[in-house]
Amino acid sequence: MRDTLITGARIIDPASGHDAIGDCLIRGGMIADFAGALGRPADAMVVDGTECILCPGLVDGRASLGEPGFEYRETIASAALAASAGGITTIAVLPDNAPPTDDPALVRALASAGEASGRITIAPYGAATRGCRGESIAEYGLLRAAGAIAFSDGARAIGPAGLMRRALSYARGFGAMIVQHPEEPSLAAGGAATSGARATLMGLPGIPVCAEAMMVARDITLVELTGGAVHFAHVSTGAALDLIRAAKARGLAVSCDTAPPYFDLNETAIGDFRTYAKLSPPLRSENDRLAVVAALADGTIDAIVSDHQPRDADDKRLPFAEAAPGGAGLATLLAITLAQVQSGTLTLHTALSLLTDRPARRFGLDAGRIVKGGTADLCLFAPERSWRIEAGKLPGKAQNTPFDGRAVEGVVIGTWKAGVRVFG
Amino acid sequence: MRLPTRHLLGIENLHPRDISALLDLAESYALLNRSGKTRRDVLRGRTLINLFFEDSTRTRTSFELAGKRLGADVINMSVSTSSVSKGETLLDTAATLNAMNCDLLVVRHKASGAPALLAQKVDAAVINAGDGMHEHPTQALLDALTIRRHKGTLEGLTIAICGDIAHSRVARSNILLLIAMGSQVRVVGPPTLIPSGIEQFGVSVFHDMREGLRDADIVMALRLQTERMSGGMIPSAREFFTFYGLDAAKLAVAKPDALVMHPGPMNRGVEIDSQVADDMTRSVIREQVEMGVAVRMAVLDVLARTALRNA
Repeated sequence: MRDTLITGARIIDPASGHDAIGDCLIRGGMIADFAGALGRPADAMVVDGTECILCPGLVDGRASLGEPGFEYRETIASAALAASAGGITTIAVLPDNAPPTDDPALVRALASAGEASGRITIAPYGAATRGCRGESIAEYGLLRAAGAIAFSDGARAIGPAGLMRRALSYARGFGAMIVQHPEEPSLAAGGAATSGARATLMGLPGIPVCAEAMMVARDITLVELTGGAVHFAHVSTGAALDLIRAAKARGLAVSCDTAPPYFDLNETAIGDFRTYAKLSPPLRSENDRLAVVAALADGTIDAIVSDHQPRDADDKRLPFAEAAPGGAGLATLLAITLAQVQSGTLTLHTALSLLTDRPARRFGLDAGRIVKGGTADLCLFAPERSWRIEAGKLPGKAQNTPFDGRAVEGVVIGTWKAGVRVFG
Repeated sequence: MRLPTRHLLGIENLHPRDISALLDLAESYALLNRSGKTRRDVLRGRTLINLFFEDSTRTRTSFELAGKRLGADVINMSVSTSSVSKGETLLDTAATLNAMNCDLLVVRHKASGAPALLAQKVDAAVINAGDGMHEHPTQALLDALTIRRHKGTLEGLTIAICGDIAHSRVARSNILLLIAMGSQVRVVGPPTLIPSGIEQFGVSVFHDMREGLRDADIVMALRLQTERMSGGMIPSAREFFTFYGLDAAKLAVAKPDALVMHPGPMNRGVEIDSQVADDMTRSVIREQVEMGVAVRMAVLDVLARTALRNA
């Protein structure tokens, strides 16, 4: 493999705080060196990084890839294409496929499918309960040994308190955390939008906003009881974030992530019954959106994840309440996050950290860094170049973006996976 | 007149002047209907399809009659006779209807937003005849016409809408229309049947029916669907009737000339007492049905004209 030299880029490694213009040399799949100006080795491919930012390949802490079981929506291969186009090199993959990832062999199969793609590392979640059915806990020990990073039932909340208690408690024995979809099922049942004037106007069954905070409060209590660790996925409300902030201050093993729709959009996006904006959890009020932005800035939120939920036209071209929730998110993760930098609510370092080293650390992944001698998973992007997000023109199979029509800044110029250029 | 859109999906996007113009036209059709004449030239050569995914007798019949009185060819499709029960999707149905070149498509569906979805995919003008818990615009227009004929205006009237507000598309469309036209709207019902955020529409909420009916000009009772009881929204029909059923005693606190309305079909002894429903001095429930035909004639006429001008 020829060496690659990326020249003149602003190299940012959020974990170390490194931020300087320079060159980066990729040799043998590794980052051989990065510094102000490196000599050009003979035979090296040179990539001009002028006016671009070179950061670690993004680490996406939460995505569904459709495979196995829902290949009509997305396959690992198509998702990998979208990921590469979005600068993502590592993806934590949810277990609620068909079959669900509740067997060590399936964990290994997913990981090797990622390797085979040559584009992404797949870090599989294990199922929190057998079959993700919410009845009895899965084989955490065996799943962990096979490489499961954490345990979750994906889009489904672990409902009964007794079950969650057991899951937290048992997972603790293997040093693993439980990742919860924080939504009280009995309040959320049948709901299609956040309760309130908008849902009422549209005649949609509502989910009260407190369904999230209620589950977060309960699970924090269970963390205290069990000594276990919980991570709340796609947190979307100020009330839940207040609880998480307070729990962290008390030193509990509590963390959380959110996804771009929850800091970029509010519930007005579902107007005219736009099913691409039907998500789970549902989009919230503007006040909640602002609370998510504040929690990103103050460190309460540990990661920004794509929450990629591929859906095809037949899942979405239905009356709103009947349409499947979920949005495509891989290709737009970076650009929508950068919008917060452009608007001045997040620093570039914070934004990139939430997309790289912080999720990697939280999920125990060896990724999300630029270090000499480390694997060359890299993302090179032009922060000031603009493009328009258009459903139908996104890379990969899933086109169900809630950001359809949105103009954004931040174009990925190149993505490298273990030294191989997989995009650009 | 013409409408700002080629469909009638709800009251939400209508301007008060559109509403007034529709009511004026409907008024003239009401007179025409009473004279026993028809105007078969208005929709001659046009095809109207009544596409009902939910059972309905009066709304479907009303649209059918309206279409026929204006000379349209009217075809009724209901879910039991259509291929929807065979698993055809809503959009497949839309494509099929499109191929038949229908001009006016009247849709009722159990899902909120279904007519809006169809409207994106068909060339016909779509008229929402009731979608889930969302809207039922022609019902609100016929209610408004009935009120206006008796009270002369909608502005400044106090109108109490009672019962299951949460699941009622009739309530939503009425609230939007009446607020737009300057009425004072109250909603009355148990908290489990009052939808979240309804105050933001500009209505006042009452849980005590006597307070809610005090000095009202109009009292509208809504149908309580039996599945709401099985869903545990209220404990029993008799408890509901005791506290929220419209009977003579509760009606006594409204204005002496207050009118009683109901979109039908009525559950006698649940949301309305027969004595009140059948009191010809107070109840305008039959007139609502009559005005329904006139309002639908007006809507079909206007949408057909809007389509012509757009063509």
